[in-house]
Amino acid sequence: MERVFVLGGGATKVGEEWEKSLRQLFVEAALKAVGDAGISLRDVEALYVGNMSSGVLQGQEHLGSLMATWLGIPGVAACKVEGACASGGVAVHQAYLAVASGMYDCVLVGGVEKMTDAVVYDLTTALMMADDYEYAASTGASFVGLNALVYRYYMKKFGVRQEDIAMFAVHDHKYAARNPLAQFQFEVTLERVMKSPLIADPIRLFECAPVSDGAAALVLCSERFAARIGASELVEIAASTMATDTLSLSDRADLTTLRATRLAVERAYKMARIEPSDVDVLEVHDAFTILGVIHLEDLGFAKKGEGWRLVVEGEVERDGRIPTNMSGGLKARGHPVGATGVYQVFEIYQQLKGIAPNQVSDAEVGLAQSVGGVGGTVSISILKRVR
Amino acid sequence: MGVPVPSPPRYWRERRVKYRLLGSVCKSCGRAYYPPRLVCPECGSTELAEVKLPERGRVLSFTVIRTPPRDFLGQEPYVVALIELENGARLLGQVVDVEPEEVEVGMEVESVFRKCREQGEEGIIEYGIKWRPPLLPKSDA
Repeated sequence: MERVFVLGGGATKVGEEWEKSLRQLFVEAALKAVGDAGISLRDVEALYVGNMSSGVLQGQEHLGSLMATWLGIPGVAACKVEGACASGGVAVHQAYLAVASGMYDCVLVGGVEKMTDAVVYDLTTALMMADDYEYAASTGASFVGLNALVYRYYMKKFGVRQEDIAMFAVHDHKYAARNPLAQFQFEVTLERVMKSPLIADPIRLFECAPVSDGAAALVLCSERFAARIGASELVEIAASTMATDTLSLSDRADLTTLRATRLAVERAYKMARIEPSDVDVLEVHDAFTILGVIHLEDLGFAKKGEGWRLVVEGEVERDGRIPTNMSGGLKARGHPVGATGVYQVFEIYQQLKGIAPNQVSDAEVGLAQSVGGVGGTVSISILKRVR
Repeated sequence: MGVPVPSPPRYWRERRVKYRLLGSVCKSCGRAYYPPRLVCPECGSTELAEVKLPERGRVLSFTVIRTPPRDFLGQEPYVVALIELENGARLLGQVVDVEPEEVEVGMEVESVFRKCREQGEEGIIEYGIKWRPPLLPKSDA
């Protein structure tokens, strides 16, 4: 396999972008990425567009051709990549494979979601399509509700208080406050989180990732291409993996572990030849506070039932043992669903380049985890700074 | 957008499984599933028997939906639970005929045939199985 490098990246500010369309957001992020990489759009041989719900939210599919058209590069190989809320992470994986295979030397991968075009109950319907439409959505369950089932089960099984899990939201807001790309650039108190309205018991509004618009993009390239343009101080994708689990919770023996995370991260650690203790900076897919806690455990940073301790005891802070969600995470950076996985890898890329808003000192290895549905799909990216 | 499109053929196709609560038991590993499968997700066997699932189970976890999808607007708040049936099959279902505050993890439930949702203004009115606290004690108890 060819070595794969991140040559550049870019993203739009996450938020409610009433004046910008799906394609505008994508093109804006793509142009920033291409500019950051110092290449021409004409160098791009293939384009991957991570997106979950353009079909139901915009009535628009065929995003490969659409974005190639609007980027002025019709002719490139291009397609949409969908893996529910992990669509962006899965798109990065596909772009990685395209370069690693030796087929392409320069690939553009982006993620985009435009959620504010729909009213909340249609959005709730669309997000629930991440699970089984026929046998889960037909009960009236919402996507928040599915995660609430996990939340209650987890608290009961391990005897953990909701206040300790909800701290994940407070943590995310603290870092989003200093991230110019974040949707919520302010801090919140635990009291405010715990007094916010219930959405699906026990999950409260301030424990949920928001409704967001946004796009992020990366340029990936081969060693050959990097040498040709004279790029130095590169960031390498040392591992890119993905795994699946049963689509619905009802088919799982253990509700408190995402088996797909474990499978994907085991492969990734092996591929990158590292241990969890080698990771300097981490981005996890905390669509809900409880998921952030579970991810810290499944990724190998805490024992089962104890992930919340890392948050409460400050281990996930910028100067802690495992700095996590320096972007503000899904909760506060925002969660434009199909773009999120690309935002995460972009954040890690910035950390390794030393240009992140909440820079972790001397970060050399970073990991991003992206989750689709309630763990039906998980992608892992491990990036390393190359000197 | 009206998502997804109301579909009479789809509902008709699902009626047998949903009305009768049919599932599968894997002849190889013994695990039970709802709905019926062609391949066992656990062991990969294709030897599965279609069975009528037990009409009793217990609540493993539950939530109260306060912000529902479009088709369920007006029903909120309602309880959705992960239920384990007596043969080990698990499924999602609404728990009804009880106040949300009275639902507990571990509580017993039995199946009941109910109206489930309306597919928009002109679409099918769907019926199916929901779950409630048992009206009578177990006959074999």
